[in-house]
Amino acid sequence: MQAGTLSTFLKRGAIWGFILLELVFFTVAGEFLSLSEKAFMDLDNMLLLFKQSAPIGIIAMGMTIIMVNGNIDLSVGATYALSAIVLLDSMTWPIFGGMGDWAIPMAWLAALATGTLLGALNGLIVWKTGVDAFIVTLGSMLGYRGLVFMYNGEQPTSHLNWTLVDFAEAQFLGIHTATWFLLAVTAAIWFLMNRTVHGRNAYAIGDNREAAVNAGIKVGPHMMINFMIIGFLAALSAVVFYSESGSVNPNDGELYELWVITAVVLGGTKLTGGAGSIVSTFGGVLAIQLLRKGLSHIGADTETVNLVIGLILIAVLFLDRQLNLKGKEELKT
Amino acid sequence: MSVETPALRLEGIVKTFPGVRALDGVSFSVMPGEVHALMGENGAGKSTLMKVLGGILQPNEGRIYIGEEPAVMRTPLEAKAKGIVFIHQELSLAEELTVAENIYLGELPRKRFGLVDWATLERRTNDILSKLKVTFDARTRVGDLSIANQQMVEIARALTVEAKAVIFDEPTASLTDAEKVVLFDVIADLQSQGVGIIYISHRMEEIFKITDRISVLRDGQYRGTLETAQTDEEEVTQLMIGRTLDLSRNVSHHALGDVALEVRGLTCGDLYADVSFEVRRGEVLGFYGLVGAGRTEIAETLFGLRDPSAGTILLDGEETVIRSPVDAIAKGISLVPEDRKGQGLVLGMNCRDNMTLPQVDDLKAGPFVAEGSEIAIFDQYRDKLDIRTPGWKQTVGNLSGGNQQKIVIGKWLSMHPNVLIVDEPTRGIDVGSKSEIHNLIRELAAQGYAVIVISSEMPEVLHVSDRIIAMYSGRIMRTFTSDEVTEDNLIQAISGIRSEGQVA
Repeated sequence: MQAGTLSTFLKRGAIWGFILLELVFFTVAGEFLSLSEKAFMDLDNMLLLFKQSAPIGIIAMGMTIIMVNGNIDLSVGATYALSAIVLLDSMTWPIFGGMGDWAIPMAWLAALATGTLLGALNGLIVWKTGVDAFIVTLGSMLGYRGLVFMYNGEQPTSHLNWTLVDFAEAQFLGIHTATWFLLAVTAAIWFLMNRTVHGRNAYAIGDNREAAVNAGIKVGPHMMINFMIIGFLAALSAVVFYSESGSVNPNDGELYELWVITAVVLGGTKLTGGAGSIVSTFGGVLAIQLLRKGLSHIGADTETVNLVIGLILIAVLFLDRQLNLKGKEELKT
Repeated sequence: MSVETPALRLEGIVKTFPGVRALDGVSFSVMPGEVHALMGENGAGKSTLMKVLGGILQPNEGRIYIGEEPAVMRTPLEAKAKGIVFIHQELSLAEELTVAENIYLGELPRKRFGLVDWATLERRTNDILSKLKVTFDARTRVGDLSIANQQMVEIARALTVEAKAVIFDEPTASLTDAEKVVLFDVIADLQSQGVGIIYISHRMEEIFKITDRISVLRDGQYRGTLETAQTDEEEVTQLMIGRTLDLSRNVSHHALGDVALEVRGLTCGDLYADVSFEVRRGEVLGFYGLVGAGRTEIAETLFGLRDPSAGTILLDGEETVIRSPVDAIAKGISLVPEDRKGQGLVLGMNCRDNMTLPQVDDLKAGPFVAEGSEIAIFDQYRDKLDIRTPGWKQTVGNLSGGNQQKIVIGKWLSMHPNVLIVDEPTRGIDVGSKSEIHNLIRELAAQGYAVIVISSEMPEVLHVSDRIIAMYSGRIMRTFTSDEVTEDNLIQAISGIRSEGQVA
């Protein structure tokens, strides 16, 4: 029992310890290696870090509940891109033409509805066909990306609305709009997973699906709701990011699913489902962003960043496995 | 008693699975306030019957009455709503959740907007837990509890609704004596409230202590109901195993050779403890016991799949450590596993490839697999074991159970083992092929192999073994020679009857 408590503590605390380690490392290494005169632990720099974490972070919250549920969603990057296109393109549609700035909330709604719908489609297929979520969303990842290219070919879709840009670039209490969204989503999903029957059932399904079925929990609808939530969050992430940038390339959001899953796994969510914490996922998101930012601060290039993150991910999973071994008597595989 | 309406009544329940008639017209009834034992050998259909009652399986024929109402239960939740609570034998718990959440799994109390009403949940759970006199509380994570305490959580589920009937499926399997007392109090309490209780157990002394009547199933058929007060273990045992079965003991003994394998004080955590035995060449040693008595785990240890926490293994008189299956095979130990289709064969592959699987690394002609020698091996063992297949190209999945088992045995014989361990050799094999496999096992011993047979079927161990080891709760209760064994003393030994003093 003691060992169990200790390893739980290690796992819960690990991600924050890791973040601390990163901060110390980059601050010290930055003194010697950085080309710029600015310190790494600068307030503005940190605020920017939160802002840059937002697009991945918002989706990662959704991915956490999907993975706690025992599923996975690979189509989030494509959903993100498609929602972005709907967001920017819908503002030029004739229906919203005469509405002035009121076109903005309409465009947002359209984008969010797109994401929710795409997620619902994933969820429905997983529920009704019983096909593994990995396969279903691998298919929809390709399919949704296909839709993105059909929309405008290889051309970027652009629409810059200055009211929107002002909103996106605003800082309230010193914190960027995108960060506020990330914090709000984190709080909402935390509440959902820890305080509602839906959230607790999602844990039960991922932990012991047979027990959940035996207890009469309707597995399918719960999974579908979670897919709708992640679709919605992928769209919300697009809304937050493209309100500012105003232009979406058909390749945008590619590999997002992998970054998101990396963040979630770093945060300690089990790939097999049943265990995972929203707060730790938040830590995982920060850790990755910190790593990317820190490595570029000390002058490493993008390729090195990917290599390092990959190595760390494998190391984390290996450690997790070691901590989870139950003793020598276990059946070897 | 006869004027009262039964709390639960079954009429002519039939449940078939592809190829098996798991339940064949089972009828019996449970009175309110009665503890009704359901007994039968492994595979007699008890668990299937309970799944039908619990709404997990649907019967093909027959009717269930709750009180006077005919009831159809399509889901477990429906069964629970109608007052039938099923306490599972296998723990059906979500380890990452709290005790409270597990007890109320699927029906967490709600507030507005789908929020969990934690206060109510905790209060109700703690009320139940205080009745059970356990040391943990509602907020404990289930994964942090011992197996026995997890079982108590499972039992607590029975107390969440106004139950009409509660089914306990082997509830004491992992409980200590002190916890058993609490469980029996809970049962007595439910009983006094007029709840009908179905109690499934293999343990005779419990059955005679707490039940009012005993119903017996055999091979999916209802065999009768006895009043507990007016019967004894003998009569129940007879009803369970049936006189029609051939219970002849093995009489032909082969000349025994040297000791091939000896085990001294082998222990593996909570799975089994202090196990010592030896097998000689030319001998068949039978392991008999209930599911979960630790037999398979011993086999897995000998095959290098588990590391023992204490004890020694001696092969041909020399102490040895078996680290992995590869190591075990190299040292001449082979295991024909319990689950033929899952662990023994690659069902989609053909007969020849399955048979040469463990040694295909050595059968090479240059960089390629030597087809010729593979076929030669297959032909040799096909003739030796009389495997009936159209040819080596036949996919193993299409063979009959008996022939599949022979392929697995042939596979291991081709590795030239000294010790052959066979776990449940005839599970899921039809009667005719069973005796063929039995004869084969005898013959192998005659050829000088040391054979260990693990079986849950009494006729089988009696048929094939020269000596029989009876196991109960991870311990060896007694070793019988085939001359002194009878069904009665064997069934008593595996029910732990003689041993209350030893098993604490």
